[in-house]
Amino acid sequence: MKVAVCDYGAGNVRSVLAAFRRLGVDVASTREPADVLGADLAVLPGVGSAASALAGLCAAGLDEALRQRVEAGGPTLGICLGLQLALEETEEDGGVRGLGLLPGRAVRLRSGRVPRIGWARVEPGGDAFYFAHSYAAETEAATATSEGVVAIARAGSFLGVQFHPEKSGPAGARFLEQCLSRA
Amino acid sequence: MPLPRLIPCLDVAGGRVVKGVRFQGLREVGDPVELGGAYSDAGADELVYLDVAATVEERPLLAELVARVADALAIPFTVGGGVRSLADAEALLRAGADKIAVNSAALQRPELIGELASLLGSQAVVVAIDAAGGQVFSRAGTTPTGRDAVSWAREAESRGAGEILLTSIDADGTRAGYDLELTRAVADAVSIPVIASGGAGTATHVAEALEIAQAALLASIVHEDPERLRSLRAELRGLGVPLRDAA
Repeated sequence: MKVAVCDYGAGNVRSVLAAFRRLGVDVASTREPADVLGADLAVLPGVGSAASALAGLCAAGLDEALRQRVEAGGPTLGICLGLQLALEETEEDGGVRGLGLLPGRAVRLRSGRVPRIGWARVEPGGDAFYFAHSYAAETEAATATSEGVVAIARAGSFLGVQFHPEKSGPAGARFLEQCLSRA
Repeated sequence: MPLPRLIPCLDVAGGRVVKGVRFQGLREVGDPVELGGAYSDAGADELVYLDVAATVEERPLLAELVARVADALAIPFTVGGGVRSLADAEALLRAGADKIAVNSAALQRPELIGELASLLGSQAVVVAIDAAGGQVFSRAGTTPTGRDAVSWAREAESRGAGEILLTSIDADGTRAGYDLELTRAVADAVSIPVIASGGAGTATHVAEALEIAQAALLASIVHEDPERLRSLRAELRGLGVPLRDAA
């Protein structure tokens, strides 16, 4: 089992790597499209602003690699901004076109305190995971929600999560293990 | 709203955890990764590492510490103390921190908040405010700024801060309860999350703070004994505070 974590200058790559290492998995960060295409599981992490993250992704040619990978049915996990970038568009930064791996768009959160920061239960399941975001997906591909916010979305071989499994303690580790067992 | 958070704070200097009362009289209490791990196991929702020495010489040591913490722990953590530039902040995030906290540098040059927010995202930018008598103090609580805490919190939000870490210097280390009046004034003034800090002595104090703020910083109440966090969580649940199931 080989996991490739996209390192394009906009993600907490170290924490994602550490989370997989704690599960005893062969994991490495990469900027190489070939690594992304060849891995058993590819991970698109992401924090920060959508426009600069997408620019970094495209500069490394990872956008095209991820599209090819998902088209070919390769299991791919998007985390937080990685989920939002996978949508068709996001209204962040005045409107940015996404990778289109998931239907729908990312919109700014309009209720509660924003950024939405902290642990919140995800249904179905009921486990609490750690969230830190100001935008959220509006998508028909949602498979789980948290307080009305899309928490998990899936289309084909792409799975996007709004929370940070790498920062979600034992519940997060269990979630990553499930991703690995399906890869 | 997400669940209320308990955030143990570890003051670090020279790569070790230290603790002082009212910002003075530091003494050593342990290893940052070991203690952080003990808190994580006991159900901490997040951690804050505050570099209280914050000298330029110590910067590489702090980044190394952050990397060790990120490798070992599976909960989010904030790093603060002496973050003065975009480069400082970026290095700490790169090393694995989830958020950085700025205090004196933001007071000196408020534009820094906006620059950090556009580089790292608001969710990674915590503005720490130390206040006494409603007034903001800089340089680890030693220098009065003449600024009002509520208006500074509002300005920090408008400049892109993602959270306010509000410490009452009056209450810090006393274990006599959080400064609820100050916490309420700031929480009412902003629409970003507020972390109440300073003064926790009992579970009731923490429960009171969590009625107003989204998170409570815990220092002297848990430092001598991380297991105290476990019993504190049980007491808080008994008081009806909906903490997460940390198993």
